[in-house]
Amino acid sequence: MRICEGEGVTKYFGGLAAVIDVDFYVDQGEIVGLIGPNGAGKTTFFNLISGALAPTSGVILFKGDNITGLRPYQICRRRIARTFQLVKIFPDMTVFENVVLGSLFGSHNLRGSAQEEAMEQIRFVRLLEKKDMLARDLTVANQKRVEVARALATKPELLLLDELVAGLNPAEVDEIIALTKAIRDRGITVVMIEHVMKVIMNISDRIIVLHHGEKIAEGTPSQIASSKKVIEVYLGT
Amino acid sequence: MHAFGDHKKNLSQLALAILVVALLALVPACGSDYYVSLFISIFKYTVLTVSWATFCGPTGYMSLASAAFLGSGMYVTALLGDTLPLPLIVLIGGAASLLLALVAGLASLRIRGIFFAMFTLGLSEGVKGFINWWEISKTGRQGRLVISASGTTVFYTMLIILVMALLTSYLIRRSKFGLALRSIGQEQQAAEHIGINVNAVKLITFAATSFWIGATGSIIVTQWSYVDTQVAFSVFYSFMPTVMALFGGLGNMLGWILGSVVFTILSELLLTPFPYYYMLIFGIVIVSVFLFFPSGLVGLVTRWRKA
Amino acid sequence: MIVLEIVIGGLLTGGIYALLAAGFSLQYGVARVMNVSHGEFIMLGAMSTYSLYVALGVNPLVSLAIVGPVLFPIGFLLNKLLFQRIRKLAGSGDVFEGWSMLVSFGLLFIIQNIALLSWSADQRGYSFLAFPISLAGLRIPANRLVALAVALAIGFSFFLFLMRTSLGKAVRAAAQEETGAQLIGINIRWMHCLCFGFGASLAGLAGVLISTMFTVSPFIGLPYTIIAIIVVVLGGLGNIIGSLVGGLILGLVSSIVLHIEPSLELVSLYVLFMLILLIRPRGIFGK
Repeated sequence: MRICEGEGVTKYFGGLAAVIDVDFYVDQGEIVGLIGPNGAGKTTFFNLISGALAPTSGVILFKGDNITGLRPYQICRRRIARTFQLVKIFPDMTVFENVVLGSLFGSHNLRGSAQEEAMEQIRFVRLLEKKDMLARDLTVANQKRVEVARALATKPELLLLDELVAGLNPAEVDEIIALTKAIRDRGITVVMIEHVMKVIMNISDRIIVLHHGEKIAEGTPSQIASSKKVIEVYLGT
Repeated sequence: MHAFGDHKKNLSQLALAILVVALLALVPACGSDYYVSLFISIFKYTVLTVSWATFCGPTGYMSLASAAFLGSGMYVTALLGDTLPLPLIVLIGGAASLLLALVAGLASLRIRGIFFAMFTLGLSEGVKGFINWWEISKTGRQGRLVISASGTTVFYTMLIILVMALLTSYLIRRSKFGLALRSIGQEQQAAEHIGINVNAVKLITFAATSFWIGATGSIIVTQWSYVDTQVAFSVFYSFMPTVMALFGGLGNMLGWILGSVVFTILSELLLTPFPYYYMLIFGIVIVSVFLFFPSGLVGLVTRWRKA
Repeated sequence: MIVLEIVIGGLLTGGIYALLAAGFSLQYGVARVMNVSHGEFIMLGAMSTYSLYVALGVNPLVSLAIVGPVLFPIGFLLNKLLFQRIRKLAGSGDVFEGWSMLVSFGLLFIIQNIALLSWSADQRGYSFLAFPISLAGLRIPANRLVALAVALAIGFSFFLFLMRTSLGKAVRAAAQEETGAQLIGINIRWMHCLCFGFGASLAGLAGVLISTMFTVSPFIGLPYTIIAIIVVVLGGLGNIIGSLVGGLILGLVSSIVLHIEPSLELVSLYVLFMLILLIRPRGIFGK
């Protein structure tokens, strides 16, 4: 079943085309990888889905409803969550406060159940011992976990992960791979932007490739790995 | 956010607060006009400071609109003073202020830091100029006579307004609203993505805290028999809440209250011996605060405790 | 005829506004201080010129040469001793902007009250070149024409300074991109003090000109500060040339409103200000 799809999604910044006429779909329960060279428009694409930006033209549907141009908080309440390329945790709040904000405003209304939900997500990302630490005092890897826990606390059905693995060492990368799989096993559909090929090839069911704002390829990891177009784009001709 | 230890602390804090209010309520009975007047001043500046800081503290906005709110309340009384009962007028003063805040907030809360400060400064001066023009074209005069109320009436009304303002602030800060405000101040885009309607939260808080400023203006103007726009919308009221909150320590409510109380008493102490140099010394004090006590009184106390 | 009157009036007011705003723009654009006491330097220039004229018979045009150089070191030292220290204590740029604005508010109090103690609150005026001159069918007071000429001369010199001299280019560089400017060897702290000093001087010069045409008192500062803020936002925060252009535009608007409903002049400027902030906060030339 298609949980999210878009047609003709385009974004211009003045004269600069960041995303051009992209058609896409995401099936429920998939892990979709989104790759492309720097400046390909991947984060802009996420911004268009999450509501941070409104498309110049085109339509985005989620579970059949038109979500084009909605505000981010409305999109969150429809069960789409995301993380950010540059971590946007709330630095002067504890890990717990960061995550409970997600459950208080994104999914639950009562204090009690929101607190329980937050604790569960903190446990899930393995940050329980650090729950009362200020977010600014954590390592970047742990801050990313906080962001994931906070996003999960809003009980999303679709989770957009933006370069979760950037700057992590190999052991941390393996943990993220395991975490992503665990998220999918909970029934959450995942779309992830990544540069680290090991991660993308390893866990994606399908991959979409963007270049200069356009979708240039789409398919399974093995199809993408053998696509001449993709190889050209990454290695140059 | 955690269970039982909190309850005990809450109860003892509440008991202390009730005690303080009860003691304050006895002040007029001790018969000194000077002290009644002093406390009215303290109440007034505390309402201004706490209302300002409840919104601006966690979000990091610098609002200079307090003069607009206070002056609006004053002019409500000046215009309606002899046609309606006083309690109603105070409520209308608060409502006028709230309406102004809603309109101004809808227009300006989307814009960034320094621009918001300039917008609110422009608002205060603009409302002042507009009412001035309106007065001159309608009455030909710049100022206007106001109904009077006794010192005791003003005292108790201000005490009620103070308690309500503190209560409003406390409830906002301790609720999920307060947490949301802090998150907006720290990382607004992330806050919006976890389901917080950022514009609504900012607007409601900005407007709710302005209500008590307007009500304050409505009642304190009855202490003077005459008001004009220079006095009602003085730029002093735009900046002082910020200075006092910073002076006391921005982080918590006690700091704001401390800052306004100490600053008001300080200015009273300066006024009597130095009636001509008073404002000048005030300016020097403000500059010195930033040079020597940047983290405010509360910060100073914290450092003493640690040392 | 009316059009010519409005245009000349607009140029005159605009020339003064451009000077005020240029000074403010230097202080905010380079030193990053939102100096709410800027208008007080205008007031000091005006009041000193009045006293020099009335007590010593000094020609206001000569006062230009006195006020400018006297206010420059005052502005320079204020930045060096006060605002640099605040910058160190504040830590982040945003906190510094907020604190320096509040500190300048304290300065406003100090300067205004020193002036009140020295001169009292009364309005002061003097007569200088008050006879009318016929120009293109209009009768314009000579002092206004002289003030316009001087304002345009100072403004134009300042413009040339910014565009043609290496120091001027360094100032523009520092306003546009502070880190980049440092990387090419500009001593940024010294630049902050310099620009603050220039800003104070320009304000004082504007004050001298104002005193030749209008009555002045220790209270004229804040309305001029707000006008400076409006012009700077209109022209584009941080763009110094923009403030010169913005000043002329605002002068023209002011002149037009003056012909329609004189007492709404200031209010209309505030309304315009708020509209700019809402529709295009970066102004005409802003980034």
